[in-house]
Amino acid sequence: MDNGIRMRAEGVNFYYGSRPALKDVSLDIHRSQVTSIIGPSGCGKSTFIRLLNRMNDLVPKSRLEGRILLDGEDIHAPETDVVEIRRRVGMVFQKPNPFPKSIYENIKYGLEINGLRDKSLIEQRVVESLKKAALWDEVKGRLYESALRLSGGQQQRLCIARCLAVEPEVILFDEPCASLDPISTSRIEELLMELKRDYTIVIVTHNMQQAARVSGNTAFFLLGEMVEFGRTQDIFTKPRDPRTEAYITGRFG
Amino acid sequence: MKRVKTALNDGHDLFNGGYSVREVPPRSGASPFSKAGWNKQAAQKAGFFLLFMCIFLTLLFLGSIVYFIFAGGGKVLTWGFLTQWPRNAMTEGGIFPALLGTFYLTLGAIIAALPLGLACAVYLCEYTPGNFALNAIRIGINNLAGVPSVVFGLFGLAVFVKFFGFGVSVLSGSLTLGILILPGIISASQEALIAVPNSLREASLALGATRWQTIKKIVLPQALPGILTGVILSVGRAAGETAPILFTAAAFYTRKYPDSPFSEVMALPYHIYALMTEGTHPRQQTAIAYGSALVLLILVLFISGAAVFIRQRQRSING
Repeated sequence: MDNGIRMRAEGVNFYYGSRPALKDVSLDIHRSQVTSIIGPSGCGKSTFIRLLNRMNDLVPKSRLEGRILLDGEDIHAPETDVVEIRRRVGMVFQKPNPFPKSIYENIKYGLEINGLRDKSLIEQRVVESLKKAALWDEVKGRLYESALRLSGGQQQRLCIARCLAVEPEVILFDEPCASLDPISTSRIEELLMELKRDYTIVIVTHNMQQAARVSGNTAFFLLGEMVEFGRTQDIFTKPRDPRTEAYITGRFG
Repeated sequence: MKRVKTALNDGHDLFNGGYSVREVPPRSGASPFSKAGWNKQAAQKAGFFLLFMCIFLTLLFLGSIVYFIFAGGGKVLTWGFLTQWPRNAMTEGGIFPALLGTFYLTLGAIIAALPLGLACAVYLCEYTPGNFALNAIRIGINNLAGVPSVVFGLFGLAVFVKFFGFGVSVLSGSLTLGILILPGIISASQEALIAVPNSLREASLALGATRWQTIKKIVLPQALPGILTGVILSVGRAAGETAPILFTAAAFYTRKYPDSPFSEVMALPYHIYALMTEGTHPRQQTAIAYGSALVLLILVLFISGAAVFIRQRQRSING
């Protein structure tokens, strides 16, 4: 699959038990772009993003219909290695979740589980990814301190660094700034602008200004349906669906 | 009810859903509440008094147990009591072989039960989705915890002593005690595993870790202090139980140190029981029994104290 499409959802239905959470969602995620997903709470946007790296496998009694493709291959196919999918499609979560280890070990962990043993190479990668995540200058003197001593925004950037270290192709951000203050949020946004040159990025956000600032494409979800998907500029200036317009002008949600 | 207009307050009350105070209808008549009076206060006082009495009563029992055992056993407790063999048909000397036997039995029980219990807990928590069979297993394990210990003793006699032919020995006793503490170890480990935040599991899996890597490198190290607490409490339990070793391991008196897993041993709880029920010099034996009880009590309190200490430390690290 070329024409710049990295991931694609085709007719995706998803159920928690018998409760449908996503209804017939189809959507293309373009290479080296930020695709943002907006919508009110409970609209299925987190459910959707968690399907892209199969995190929903962990939810008991859930069921998926339809296909999700990564470079043209169905990631839910029986012969697909879920562990490899998750390495290629990284994820940054809503609440910063560094391991209760040192900053250095937080990043080393991802490298080690993926089979990197060479110590000097690990060291090099740790420094590289901290630099890419714009955290290096703040932590270079205390790499062996507990990651839990960092501020919330720093922890989130550490999680991004940890994710970058294993060289994913796509990075999923599930409301990465939901628990951060405005300054930390703007630092993460700057970082997103940097990262989109090298990575395909999908971001779920409650913050419409954020979607408008960082993304090229935007999808609007409502009650498990994808109401509208298109260029961010179009969605925010001339939405086709009245529900989209109602949401972005703040009439609900 | 006139309100002053300010920059912050332009006639609207932010805390009243945006409605102006003027729109709220005025209250009429008397307050619907009864006067906060004597009744309410008295009920509270009586309630607190009752709660306090319950605590007091509990502490009283604990205190009197400790007092009587100290009073009875304090006199005989010397260094020699801990390090010497019994002499003169159990009327003099120490309890060293019983201490040693209890140590072996407890150690053996932990060696048998910890790997098995931990593996069960990991499997139940980390691998299987919640379904009917699993819930049945869970209920089964919880029920195992309620089985009277003498039943475990009989089971040990039938299976380890007779069927496997281990005889009355450290091995049989350890295995029986191991089964006794298994449910405790499983549920303590399960609780410790459940307490590990799911966000850490997700973080690890999202990096491309397998479930096993996640368990081994992230979940278990996080759960370790909790598991350890459970293990230590189980040690206390195993050290103090009498019935399970009654038919499977314990001897009233042995002439030599246990030199293999197939030796009989003396053990503290059984030693106390035997001193009080057998022998020909009840008076002297009673003193030694109290001494042994005191040692056992101190041992178990010390072990529980260690568990509390570990839990506190873990809390202060995580908090």
